[in-house]
Amino acid sequence: MSAPAAAPALELRGIAKTYMLREGGTLRRRHRPLQAVRPTDLVLERNGILGLVGESGSGKTTTGMMALRLVNPSGGRILLEGDDITDLGVTALKPYRRRMQVVFQDSYSALDPMFTLQQIVAEPLVIHGIGDARSRAARALEWLERVGLHRSYGSRYPHELSGGQRQRVAIARALILEPAVLVADEPTSALDVSVKAQIINLLQDLQADMDLSILFISHDLSVVRSLCDRVAVMFNGRIVEEAEAETIFTGARHPYTRALLDAIPVLDPRRRRTRIFRDRDAIEAEGLTLAAGALSEPAEPSDEPALVAVAPRHRVEAVVTP
Amino acid sequence: MTVRPLKTADPALAAPAPPVRRQRGPLWLGWRRFLANRAAVAGGAVLSVILAMAILAPLITPAGPNAQAFLADALAFPSAAHWFGVDDLGRDFFTRIVYGARVSLTIGFAAAAFSVLIGIPLGAAAGYFGGSIDWVIMRLIEIFSVIPPLLAAMLLGALVGGGFWMIVFIAALFGWVQVCLLVRAQIKAFKEKEFVRAAQALGAGPVYIIFRHLIPNSVSPIIVGFVLAIPLAMMLEASLSFLGVGVPPPTPSWGQMINTGMNFMYFYWHLAVFPTVALAVTVLATSLFGDGLRDALDPTMGGR
Repeated sequence: MSAPAAAPALELRGIAKTYMLREGGTLRRRHRPLQAVRPTDLVLERNGILGLVGESGSGKTTTGMMALRLVNPSGGRILLEGDDITDLGVTALKPYRRRMQVVFQDSYSALDPMFTLQQIVAEPLVIHGIGDARSRAARALEWLERVGLHRSYGSRYPHELSGGQRQRVAIARALILEPAVLVADEPTSALDVSVKAQIINLLQDLQADMDLSILFISHDLSVVRSLCDRVAVMFNGRIVEEAEAETIFTGARHPYTRALLDAIPVLDPRRRRTRIFRDRDAIEAEGLTLAAGALSEPAEPSDEPALVAVAPRHRVEAVVTP
Repeated sequence: MTVRPLKTADPALAAPAPPVRRQRGPLWLGWRRFLANRAAVAGGAVLSVILAMAILAPLITPAGPNAQAFLADALAFPSAAHWFGVDDLGRDFFTRIVYGARVSLTIGFAAAAFSVLIGIPLGAAAGYFGGSIDWVIMRLIEIFSVIPPLLAAMLLGALVGGGFWMIVFIAALFGWVQVCLLVRAQIKAFKEKEFVRAAQALGAGPVYIIFRHLIPNSVSPIIVGFVLAIPLAMMLEASLSFLGVGVPPPTPSWGQMINTGMNFMYFYWHLAVFPTVALAVTVLATSLFGDGLRDALDPTMGGR
């Protein structure tokens, strides 16, 4: 692509999504806006793995779908390798679609039941008109092997596979075009623990092999810790904390991040600690207040919470007092 | 691209898969479920026998369907020479019944084919695009659902005169509704699936998605809609012919024969009984076959 090499793989600037909810009957219809994602900035660095964590309904999947232009944002810009793809039409967008791909949570519905595995993996080549039938088939079989499935699986159907095997096929389909960005929307949350580890290792290997940048959407903090370089925590449609993965796990500042970490079960009973489970409203009310002097970059004091830097590459949402 | 075996490969998968294993697609599973349904298999068998008789009609009948070859034996009862007897105009009645199957089945299949041809695009458009397109098509379906087909067919038949293609047209006009609803429901259910979103993320357009993903996944309702449209068309043809606005004589039609047979019912029972039985058996066999297909191909029946 023509973009400067310094541009991040994917950048979201002030991206937001508001759904209009219809209420009432035909005569007294009202529209109530629901802010699924409030204006959000997010940067996925080249060859980086950014974890996007948060509870169900926090807007993390919507953010991922907007980054892929599968859901149109209500505002903000999407930059793929420095190119603004926010307003591109279907035709203009198609070349960019080769550069970003997606793996979904439900591997069963992610594969067309009428297709054989070889057809599924070769489909991106068909859509983008790459190669002829024979070279597509050969490349699809190579990719099946690359994700750890034997070539002979090429003529099988998705219903003959286990969940982990289906997820491998979905990964092969997503990566056959050698994209720069992969959005992985909870790819492991429907799998059991040992299979989950295999899929995570596979993603790690492929990421290192292909110079891939991954936006990894998950609510599973243990997976995020082992896989991601950076972590952004979403809560009620906005990012409340963003930092290097280790910083999040060792020095989280925002009460919601702490509550999330607190919810991870501890296996050793002697290390069991008192845990407090708080609801959304309590966390929202608690918030975080920082004095202006405690910030690493200066910020205007304000009564409204805003994302401020508390350390290099560590942003947290807080009310800044003078 | 070079293939580098990954250390993360599942060892069980890296081993060669069991040799020469039959690949079983979703339709194969449906076929196995179908074979387990005895009534449907019997219906299918009867239907194929009737189809074979209709196709081979000239080889298994003693005279042409309109040849008054047996005038001396007119109104004769069934015998070894004339299995179903002879009708009032001296024609071999078995011949008439077999050729009647030709008319009945051709109209049934042609009307079902046209129903499918109309129903698939409308159902696919309504299901995929939704919104105002869906609204218009659904209102159209409601209009066709509230008009009694027989009355509308009689009116149309009386206006333009009967005839083969007229009946096919009328039957298709009322047969597509069922196919359209089945296809629409299937496409509505499948367009939310993630493989459709994955195709969208790859840059596929609606035409590609509908033809490559959604319609192939709707083969089951399409087959079912096709088979269930056949008996409806056959009944409509028989009713119209019975009422005298269908296929004109001398073309053999079961409905027409039942009408004629009624006049002789108290003295020459065979003229009314055989066409009625033929119609009933064919419609029943087709319906059983269609119901069996529907049960076998219904994705909610498990076995996936």
